[in-house]
Amino acid sequence: MNVPSSVLAHELSVEVRRVLGNPSAGDRGLTLEARFAVGSGFTILFGPSGAGKTTILDCIAGLQKPDSGRISVSDETFFDSRRQVNVATQQRNIGYLFQTLALFPHMTVRRNIEYGLAQLDARERQARSSEIADSFGIAGLLDRRPAKISGGERQRVALARALVTRPKALLLDEPMSALDRSTRSKILDDLRKWNEAHAVPVLYVTHEREEVYALGDRVLVLEAGKIVADGTPHDVLSRPQLESIAQLAGFENIFDCSVVAAHAEQGTMTCRIDGSEVMLEVPLTRVATGNPIRVGIRAGDILLASSQPHDLSARNIIAGTITSLRQQDVTVIAEIDCGVMFAVHFTPGARQSLGLETGKAVWLVLKTYSCHVLQ
Amino acid sequence: MSLQALLLTLRLAVLVSLILMAIGLPLGYWLASSRWRWKFVMEAVVALPIVLPPTVLGYYVLVAIGPMSPVGRWYYKLTGGSLAFTFRGLVVGSVLYSLPFAVQPIAAAFSAVDRNLLNASSTLGASPWRTFWQIVFPLGLPGVLTGFVLSFAHTLGEFGVVLMIGGNIPGATRTISIWIYDQVQSLNYAAANQMAAVLLIVCFVILTVLYGLRRTRKWGVWGWQ
Repeated sequence: MNVPSSVLAHELSVEVRRVLGNPSAGDRGLTLEARFAVGSGFTILFGPSGAGKTTILDCIAGLQKPDSGRISVSDETFFDSRRQVNVATQQRNIGYLFQTLALFPHMTVRRNIEYGLAQLDARERQARSSEIADSFGIAGLLDRRPAKISGGERQRVALARALVTRPKALLLDEPMSALDRSTRSKILDDLRKWNEAHAVPVLYVTHEREEVYALGDRVLVLEAGKIVADGTPHDVLSRPQLESIAQLAGFENIFDCSVVAAHAEQGTMTCRIDGSEVMLEVPLTRVATGNPIRVGIRAGDILLASSQPHDLSARNIIAGTITSLRQQDVTVIAEIDCGVMFAVHFTPGARQSLGLETGKAVWLVLKTYSCHVLQ
Repeated sequence: MSLQALLLTLRLAVLVSLILMAIGLPLGYWLASSRWRWKFVMEAVVALPIVLPPTVLGYYVLVAIGPMSPVGRWYYKLTGGSLAFTFRGLVVGSVLYSLPFAVQPIAAAFSAVDRNLLNASSTLGASPWRTFWQIVFPLGLPGVLTGFVLSFAHTLGEFGVVLMIGGNIPGATRTISIWIYDQVQSLNYAAANQMAAVLLIVCFVILTVLYGLRRTRKWGVWGWQ
C-alpha cells in the first residue's frame, strides 16, 4: 500500500448537543451532550444501546444534524452551529462502515469499491481498487455480487470500499458483530495495518469487551448521552467506579502476561504475569511463545483456601497475603498480594469460617477456564 | 376494425406513459423520502383518480381547460387554440386519470430501498442526483416498469374521461373504447367484438409479461438476488 506523501497527524474534534428520540412522542427526551477530540489511531466508543453512540457517528458523517455544536477534522470545519456551517455528507470524505455494511446489491464487488472514486479517470480508478482489493484479500471476488460471497468477505469489501477513498477519518458502527472471532481478528489486523500507513482517527463503536482490549488505544464510555469515562482500556476498565464500565469490564483482575509455553495436547498454555513470578495456566490460543497477552479474571471466580490445597483439578494455585478487606453489601472485597495484586470477592460467611483477616496467608485457586484471554 | 382508432389509442397511451414517467419519478421519489407532515394530503390527491368516477374527473378537466377558465385562456394566448376536444386535451386528461397507476408503484418501490444504501452512497461522495440514478432508480426499477406498464394499459382502456373532454372526433379523439361504444350503439356487434378482443388480448399479454418478469427474476434488473 502506498504511504501518502505526508502522514499528518489528523485530529477529529467533536462537540455535539442533540435531543435524542422524539420527546413529543413520549420519549424520555434524552439529550446527547458529548465533547471530545481524538487523534489518529483507534478510539473505542462504548456504551449501552440508546446511549447515543450511533447518533454521534451520524453527526460526524453529516447524516444527522446536531442541535448545536462544532465538528471538525484537522483544520477543516464540517459543522459549526454558531457560524452556520454544515458541510454536506458527500463533501466530508469521512469513511463510514455501517452495521449492515450497506453494500450495493446490484453492483459487483469492483463497482462497489470504485463507487467512491467517480472523480478519478478509469485507469487510476482501476489501479486504486485493485491495490486495495489485494491488500484486503478480495482480489478474487471483484466480479461477484455481494449476495454471492461470504459474510467475512462482505465485511472486507465494505471496509475496502470505505478506505479506498482515503477518508480523513473512519467511523465503524459495530461492524464485526456478525463475524466469528478468528475472521474478525484477521480483518482487524488488516485494518490496523492500513491505519499504520494512513494514520487517520478511527472511531469504533462496539459493545464487545474483547474488541475493546484488542483494538483500543483509548476508550470513551457513553452513558445516557454523556461521556462518563475516557482513558486507555486498562485505566478505564480496571477502575470500574461506574456501573456501565463494571459491566464492560466484568474483570476485576486484568494482567499483562507473556506466554512461556504452549501445551497443545492439554489445550492450555502457561504464561507469566509481567513484573512478577506468578505463572498462570490459561486456555490455549493462537499466540506464539514469548508474545504478550492480556488475561482477565473475575474476582468472584477465584476460590480461597486457608491452607495449601492438594488434589484439585484446578491448575492454578497461587500463594499470597491478604492486604486489605472491605465489605460492600453482601460481598467482601479482598486485595491479595501474590507478587501482583489480585482482587477477590467472597461472602461474609466464608470470611468467618475461614477466619480471613488482613495479613493472613491464603492460597488462590483458579480454574484454567476462569482465565480469559483478552487479546 | 378501425386501424385509425387503434393507432390513435396506442399513440395516446405511449405519450401518456412517457409523460407520467417524467412526473412519476420525481413525485414518487418525493413521496418516498419526504418527511413533510402534510404529505398524506398529497398522497390522497394522487390516489383520487382511482376512486373518482371518470365522468366527474373528465367534467372538472373539461371546465378547467375550457375557454372560460384561466388555464383555457392562458393556453389560448399561448397557442391560439383550445385544449377541449383535441388530442392534446386528451393527453392532459389521461395523464391525470392514470397518475396513481404510475406514481404509486414507483413510490412503493423507492421507499423499499434500504436507507442505509443512500447514506452509504453519500458518505462515498455521491451527490443526491447520482445517488438517485445509481442506487434508487436501479433498485426501484421493477416498480418503475410496473408503473409504466400499468399507466399504459390503463390509458388504453379509458372511456369516461375521453368522452367528456375529447368527444368523438375521428383521428383526433376517437379512441378504441369510444369506437367500440359507437359500434354497439349502431348494433354493429361483429366489429365491436373484433376490436374488444384485440384490446382484451393486448392488455392480457402486457400484464402476463409484467407479472411473469416479476416472478422469474431472471431479467438483469433482478439478477442480484
